[in-house]
Amino acid sequence: MPIRRRQSFRVRLRLAVLGSITLVTLTLAWMLKDYGDNVRPHQGLVYCSEASPETFNPQLGNSSTTVDATTHQIYDRLVDVDAEGNVRPGLAYKWQISRDKKSYKFSLRQGVNFHHTDFFRPSRTMTSEDVVFSFSRILDQNHPYHSIGGGQYPYFQGVGLGNLIRSVVAVDPFTVQFDLLRPDASFLTTLATDFAVILSAEYGDWLERRRQKPLIDTKPIGTGPFHFVSYRKDSYIKYRRHPAYWGPPAKLERLVFDITPPPSARLGKLLTGECDVIALPSASEMALLRKNENVRLSIQTGLNVGYLAFNTQHPPLDNVKVRRAIAHAINRDRIMAAVYFGTATLANSVLPPVSWAFNDSLPFVDYDPETSKALLAEAGLAEGFEFELWAPPIQRVYNPSPLKMAQLIKDDLAKVGIKTQIVTYDWQTFRRNLQAGKHDATLLGWMADTADPDNFFRPVLSCQALSHGTNRAQWCDFEFDRLLNDALSSSDRSVRKHYYEDVQEIISKQLPVFPLAHALRFQAHRSNIKGMGLNPYGGIRFSEAERE
Amino acid sequence: MLIYTLRKINLFIFTFVGLSLLSFSLIHIVPGDPVYLLTGLENLSEEQYQTLSHQLYLDRPFILQYFHYLGNIFNGEWGYSLTSGESVWVEIKQTFPATLELVFYALVVAMLVGLPIGSLAALKKESITDHTVMTLSLLGISIPVFWWGLLMIMILALTLGWLPMSGRLSLLYDIEPVTNLILIDILLSNQDYKEAAFQNALAHLVMPTLVLATVPTTQVIRTTRATMLTLLKKNFIKAAQARGIGRWNVLRRHALPNSLLPVSRQLGLQISTLMTGAMVTENIFSWPGIGKWLVASLYQRDYPAIQGGLLAVSTFIILATVINDLLHTASDPIARKTYNAAS
Repeated sequence: MPIRRRQSFRVRLRLAVLGSITLVTLTLAWMLKDYGDNVRPHQGLVYCSEASPETFNPQLGNSSTTVDATTHQIYDRLVDVDAEGNVRPGLAYKWQISRDKKSYKFSLRQGVNFHHTDFFRPSRTMTSEDVVFSFSRILDQNHPYHSIGGGQYPYFQGVGLGNLIRSVVAVDPFTVQFDLLRPDASFLTTLATDFAVILSAEYGDWLERRRQKPLIDTKPIGTGPFHFVSYRKDSYIKYRRHPAYWGPPAKLERLVFDITPPPSARLGKLLTGECDVIALPSASEMALLRKNENVRLSIQTGLNVGYLAFNTQHPPLDNVKVRRAIAHAINRDRIMAAVYFGTATLANSVLPPVSWAFNDSLPFVDYDPETSKALLAEAGLAEGFEFELWAPPIQRVYNPSPLKMAQLIKDDLAKVGIKTQIVTYDWQTFRRNLQAGKHDATLLGWMADTADPDNFFRPVLSCQALSHGTNRAQWCDFEFDRLLNDALSSSDRSVRKHYYEDVQEIISKQLPVFPLAHALRFQAHRSNIKGMGLNPYGGIRFSEAERE
Repeated sequence: MLIYTLRKINLFIFTFVGLSLLSFSLIHIVPGDPVYLLTGLENLSEEQYQTLSHQLYLDRPFILQYFHYLGNIFNGEWGYSLTSGESVWVEIKQTFPATLELVFYALVVAMLVGLPIGSLAALKKESITDHTVMTLSLLGISIPVFWWGLLMIMILALTLGWLPMSGRLSLLYDIEPVTNLILIDILLSNQDYKEAAFQNALAHLVMPTLVLATVPTTQVIRTTRATMLTLLKKNFIKAAQARGIGRWNVLRRHALPNSLLPVSRQLGLQISTLMTGAMVTENIFSWPGIGKWLVASLYQRDYPAIQGGLLAVSTFIILATVINDLLHTASDPIARKTYNAAS
């Protein structure tokens, strides 16, 4: 037998230890090789959003989460607005308005394709039938789809579309005529809102035959730059490019919404590159984001307002002196610093100063506990009183931290002898109870859907909005409504501005809502993502986004 | 051995009956109306309420209700989740493999790291190596998983940017779920980015696996070291050494195989701890496993999901423990002898 040289035990042990360490290191190195941006397949983008959409049909929703997930991704509208607030062609390439301003005739683009997906194959392009279908669903209570998805169309009911449109008629396959009951200067901008999307009538018929009507809002078909692929609640939404899009095709092949509710997790994923774009970066994280060179921050003046709405039907808040007393007792400067971290401007009207109809002669409500106490004494409440302050459980563009804000207000009010109880529920319950008017006062806000000032007043404070449950102040003033209607009867901006100044004066005197702040809008994305323009009105859009 | 096996299976059946009773009575114990808890429907008319309650067997005596429930479980009808509207059984089938995957890799890491290090510590007893190993393992066993996971995220993901902080695979990869085990599914798929996806999945695995493996690894190290120390003093080791067999071979052929039995037994007993650890880990790293799913269901008061999830997890733990017992007895003559003598 040949003599084998035996390695000593010590040498073998060392070899074993060294060998395993090398093996582990090599494996790890291979795993980490190019990990990050290079391994992304094709042209894809991950957007980390703040919540699951309530539906995939923006007609039914009025939350910005739903709008962000659907409107500009999977649908188109008849007309669009540009950054300056001017109306631009959408699916309609031109329109004519009759002399009495009560009839609008839209000429539709030809050859607009609906999405071709695994679950539906359209046989025809978009025609006026689809436009009629989309609006009849909202307006006609006997329409087969009207009651699908709850039968509530919050935005359209809020602006009173049912009391405005007399009929929607397909004149020929590519012409649609809207007849109005009265002239309305904001009608075109209403059609341009994020909610006025065009659905497919063919898909509707097909689902109806298969007795699957609810699918129209959960497996959407539209004409937009992306088409729907799959959705898992609280997890993700996947979209793909619509190859036969009528406009310039989307630059991204894939678009994924990664639903990540905690703001800190969104920030973390942005820093590691797992998200390319994130929703609602927290005001408190701005400093951190500005320092990071891989991240870009876009800032824009927001067309929004955060306010404190009083339930004007609950005593003693029905007394304007009490409302005024509360307003004077709130230290808004402290809220600016502690809640918004300097990312907002103090509000003096419901309308932000950037709007052309802003009234700059309104008296400013300053922080003054003495005046507040005097007003309370006048109202016969020198001893103070107690009320429930509701704070929504989620962050919004106009209010990054409602609970914290409620705490600060509670603190301030305690100094003038008013006891506050902070109330919150999960978001769905919160909205339901608000609609039922169970609150005394609530922190909420409004984000403009269009550039028209009407959009700030009618859905928030009109009598119509009261009956549709979007009027959080439970307030109805006929003079106020008359002014709003008068403002719409003219298309001359200077005439309209005059009316809106009066409207703002009424709010300032009556104080059904106390405007707190106009938040700046932020969007954070990785610096290799281009084409993420911030849209001043509502929803995010990815059609021009691309990866470098 | 046959009798022992039967006894174990018997035990399993009885425990399962107990568990299913507990899971069944959940909707009757928690406050609220059972019909509402199971369907999520409020403000029903009297007629609708009666129909639903009849369909759900809620108007029958408890014992019939229970048998109906058991029947449904065996037919794969575990009810429907209130939040997603999906079948609970389908959701469990999607999420459970993700957890098992994580637990399996953690066990592999624990064995691969724990065995050699434990043996090394035993061989070099009372040396600096031994002391270092023992100190580190003490640290590993006492670190709270939650804190350890967050610390890893902070260092490896946020500061160094080496690893992703959440999920299982970048959402941009479309991998058809077949087994719901991500690595296998990637290998089975026929996408052209297979290699990149595999790499991406591995990168996602590193942190959760390491965090979950921490406790079992220290257990393995300690058990291996202790058994080795006892074994090395045994006569058959001394005899082997006296016959002139080298230390390496003594270790490889005689000491290590004999120390495997107590170690594997120890690991088997750890399965429930491991599952709890997995649930915490999943929530830190947003790993789409059953733990994360169950916690979300708890938050949303999704009773059908809670019911199904609890039953699935507890049954799995009992099953794994029983199988581990059987395997252990089958492979360990001493244990078998004891049981045979006793029966």
